Amino acid sequence: MNAMNRLLSGAVLGLAVALTAPMSAAWAETPPNMLVIANRIDDITTLDPAESFEFAGSDVSRNVYMKLVNFDPANLDAGYQPEIAESWTVSDDGKTITFTIREGLTFHSGNPVTAADVEFSLRRAVILNKTPAFILTQFGFTAENVEETIVADGNTVTITTDKPYATSFVLNCLTSTIGGIVDMKTVMENEVDGDMGNTWLKTNSAGSGAYKLVSWKPNESVTLEANPDFYLGAPNMERVIVRHVQESASQRLLLERGDIDVARNLNPEDIAGAAEAEGVKIYDELRGRLMYLAFSQKHPELSKPEVRQAMKYLVDYQGMQDSFLSGQYTIHQNFLPRTFLGAVDENPFTYDVEKAKELLAAAGVPEGLEIEAGVREAQERIEIAQTYQNALAQVGIKLNITVGTAKQILARYRARELDVYIGAWGPDYPDPHTNAGTFAYNPDNSDEAQATGLLAWRNSWDTGGLTEKTAAAVVENDRDKRVEMYAEIQSQFRETSPFAIMFQKIEQAAMRENVENLNLGGATTAVSYWPVTK
Amino acid sequence: MSDMTLRQWLLTDAPTSRRHARLASLYKGWLSLRSNTMAMFGLGILVALLLMAFLAPILAPHDPYAQDLANRLLPLGTEGHVLGTDSLGRDILSRLIHGSRITLYIVTLVALIAPLAGLLVGTIAGYTGGWADVVLMRITDIFLAFPRLVLALAFVAALGAGIENAVLAISLTAWPPYARIARAETLTIRSSDYISAVRLQGANPIRIITKHIWPLCISSLIVRVTLDMAGIILAAAGLGFLGLGAQPPSPEWGAMISEGRRFILDHWWVATMPGLAIFTVSLAFNLLGDGLRDVLDPKDGGQ
Amino acid sequence: MALTEDKGERHPRAPLAPWLRGTLVTLGSISVTMLGLLLVTFVIGRVMPIDPVLAIVGERASQSTYDAVYEQLGLDKPIIVQFLYYLGDVVRGDFGMSLLNARPVSEDIARVFPATLELATLGTLIGVFLGVPLGVIAAVRRGSWIDQIARVVALVGYSMPIFWLGLMGLLIFYGILGWVGGPGRLDIFYQDIVPSRTGMILLDSAIAGEWGVFRNAFSHIVLPASLLGYYSLAYISRMTRSFMLEQMSAEYVTTARVKGMSERAVIWGHAFKNIRVQLITVIALSYANLLEGSVLTEIIFSWPGIGSYITTALLSADMNAVLGGTVVIGLIFICLNIFSDLLYKVFDPRSK
Repeated sequence: MNAMNRLLSGAVLGLAVALTAPMSAAWAETPPNMLVIANRIDDITTLDPAESFEFAGSDVSRNVYMKLVNFDPANLDAGYQPEIAESWTVSDDGKTITFTIREGLTFHSGNPVTAADVEFSLRRAVILNKTPAFILTQFGFTAENVEETIVADGNTVTITTDKPYATSFVLNCLTSTIGGIVDMKTVMENEVDGDMGNTWLKTNSAGSGAYKLVSWKPNESVTLEANPDFYLGAPNMERVIVRHVQESASQRLLLERGDIDVARNLNPEDIAGAAEAEGVKIYDELRGRLMYLAFSQKHPELSKPEVRQAMKYLVDYQGMQDSFLSGQYTIHQNFLPRTFLGAVDENPFTYDVEKAKELLAAAGVPEGLEIEAGVREAQERIEIAQTYQNALAQVGIKLNITVGTAKQILARYRARELDVYIGAWGPDYPDPHTNAGTFAYNPDNSDEAQATGLLAWRNSWDTGGLTEKTAAAVVENDRDKRVEMYAEIQSQFRETSPFAIMFQKIEQAAMRENVENLNLGGATTAVSYWPVTK
Repeated sequence: MSDMTLRQWLLTDAPTSRRHARLASLYKGWLSLRSNTMAMFGLGILVALLLMAFLAPILAPHDPYAQDLANRLLPLGTEGHVLGTDSLGRDILSRLIHGSRITLYIVTLVALIAPLAGLLVGTIAGYTGGWADVVLMRITDIFLAFPRLVLALAFVAALGAGIENAVLAISLTAWPPYARIARAETLTIRSSDYISAVRLQGANPIRIITKHIWPLCISSLIVRVTLDMAGIILAAAGLGFLGLGAQPPSPEWGAMISEGRRFILDHWWVATMPGLAIFTVSLAFNLLGDGLRDVLDPKDGGQ
Repeated sequence: MALTEDKGERHPRAPLAPWLRGTLVTLGSISVTMLGLLLVTFVIGRVMPIDPVLAIVGERASQSTYDAVYEQLGLDKPIIVQFLYYLGDVVRGDFGMSLLNARPVSEDIARVFPATLELATLGTLIGVFLGVPLGVIAAVRRGSWIDQIARVVALVGYSMPIFWLGLMGLLIFYGILGWVGGPGRLDIFYQDIVPSRTGMILLDSAIAGEWGVFRNAFSHIVLPASLLGYYSLAYISRMTRSFMLEQMSAEYVTTARVKGMSERAVIWGHAFKNIRVQLITVIALSYANLLEGSVLTEIIFSWPGIGSYITTALLSADMNAVLGGTVVIGLIFICLNIFSDLLYKVFDPRSK
């Protein structure tokens, strides 16, 4: 073993020297008019706003497409603001909203932005019926009725919903990616086989936003070029390049060496390390994503009310927040993310093994219960799973963890096959209904209903009356009353639901010190590049 | 028999029985292997690994699964945690020691399954010839032409992640070369006078293959298996690294590297210790395999 | 590794010219192998519990969106029909569209394969130029310290987990010393300067005479290529050594020595000449292995190559991409085999 020892100590010594050596090499720097970002962009499958639905895709979309109403990156808390729509009026019955289109806007192609483009874009999203279409079709729009429900007239566009939904609900939905307004002429010039330009728009852009798409190379990079005619003025950064870099360590090395300006996927340890590097700063922003546990109500033990409670006392909220999730997740036990309308801040559950034991004993859970948890291949989730496994072991429950790719685990979750699911949920649009409508809404709990999009259905939970309350809250037009209704729903949800909501995401972006005004989009929207300066 | 006479009996030039001859040649092989320092070094490491796996509960200073979030990522040489702790505060040394069982388990199973499957396919193809040979060898070619990791990944993805499936997946990618070796050996043996004689005595094909051809193929297969062991360990670690091998909280070495790579810049030992463990064991197999090759077929070119 | 070694078959009615028959047999065996390759991949794709529809529409899609895509992909037809459709397309050179990024798979492969080709070629060159001399010297000086060192170098290469070595190399040579470029193929501001002709940046920039780009590309490729080169070196040097040992113990070498031929002439003029063909086979095999795409190396170095392309596609149920990639790699593997078989036939005196 002598040779091995020498080899070992040699390696250790070499590393120690290497790690403490001063970084003598000269710093590289990105050009002053270019913003270079490292991010994981392998989730992009399309850039067509009528179809795009993933995080990295909405980052692109927010900078390329303008919407009727949108968020101001300098003041997200103000809620939606006029963008393509200069103003709007709501009819007395609360079902019809009429938007007046802003004059003088142009698309990247030079074509003017008109009411006809707005009509086309919204109708197109409904007719194509791609994944995010539900955000619009929940208002009663269908491919058959769009000719009557979404209508342009002169410089106004009128949309008519099937029920008098809260106006804030409708407008919030229009700020999501699917509300992006495309250039009708350009898109239809590229139509193939009646696809309304879908194939072409997947990899090209036809917007009026601050940037236009130069190229998207899957799993490699997205390149954007500034639109000098942007209505708020030409952006400072003439080019924005988002590079796909999978590993946190690689992102950090690139950042510390100045080869990139921003690194968006550093883990807590690399954030801590990068914070100490010269010329690097860390910027935190609360995002909308929640980390939660869900327990199948088909399971004879997990469906007992005491067991549901006990499970919530077995999460080491504080321990995880302070260790491997440090700085990137904050304890939050309600389904509406902080900063959302109606969000509440009560987090009554703590890690309490004794209490859990009592509850389990009261429920008569047999010794040696074995349950299966599905978790996707992401390190922080696997660690949450293992921590939970450890806690369950202390009350005599064996948790078997099955790790799989996102799609594998999801397929089983949607098929109602998992006992426990450890996962994340991000809001689809910045309105409380986006989460209430999935966590606390399940009109038909039968297997045949196949309501695979609803988290309550996936866990076979009939919601105990929350379905009706959720349906009522979404048509309540009095803002204060609506807030109150969501507070009540969440309070009941916390105590009775088979969901243990644990954490809300904090995004920590590490960037070069000279990068200013980068807003990541908070809990409600995506990143904006146009205000950025260097 | 005293030790001296046993040695003489083994080194005799005139064996008295078939068993005697076989033992004698084994002993001579052992002697020549023993003179190869590097091979013995490799063997030593493997024996140590076996002992470590066998005595894991006694040797390990801590429970490999015991978490302690307050004491995570402790550095090397911390009191009570010689190799530090991982992201969940588990003792890395204890996990490495227990992980040796998983490594041995995987290696043993693959080393049994793949060569046996290859032997079966190769000897049948080689002995029967004709269309059976064509079909079997075409199948072998198909599996050979497959990108190996893709095949393994696809298999694991299809059956679900886990050690047993990882073993099957690795075996699935590992058998074709054995089939080719076995077939080549069979072709040379098949036409030998000795086999013709056995056949004339009326032995049936199954008996000929199992009793006469298999034993002759074994030595070249053993060399190949030993040399492949390192590859098997690395493949298993690779699957673990991609999250498709052993499931958490199992202390599989590849999965440990995968968990630790996130901290590679500031807490490098978390990934490095299992990395060194994998390296040591595969090096040991390679050293032994290299020595065995010299002993068992000195002229072998590996083809 | 020969694919065309079915010499045991008898063809009583063979009026064809031998070369023509040989070619036909070769072509036949290629197509059978390719067909099998396709079939196996296709079946794997269909039995995998990853739902391709879900992979496209995502978690939130409504059932009607789901059903539309299900039909669009032809998943409602029997699997045999699906396979035949696919086969028809492939024969016409159409690998279909990637389900996930909405581009033709052939376009994707044309983008990712050159990246792997560039890396594998450089790696193999390193392996050959260092591995062959090392192997020859080790054989000539069998048992000497140089042989022992060569052995250790090679065995260490065989035994090292590449993902660990890669990360460490990146940390030390890029992060701390700054000697080489970081992950990726180019620094950002060197990107899109050189038009893509071959897809291999080193070659493209040399053709365009953009030496700044060339230098930058080289600084990025040198570390991953050296890693792969080390593996290839380990294999090639061991093989060279054992081939040489076999030759050195042959009678003609003794004869040549007895005749008073210089040691150098014996080694390089005779022994080495005789192992050339075997060596090329080994190099071809090692090249083929690198061309499969070292997935882990590609992931660690953010190298957009075919290995990580297929892996990503596989894990997200993008079966068209997996099939396309597998076919390309399978074809390369088979071609390299045939190439080394041909070499045997042309150069090896024994097979004449």
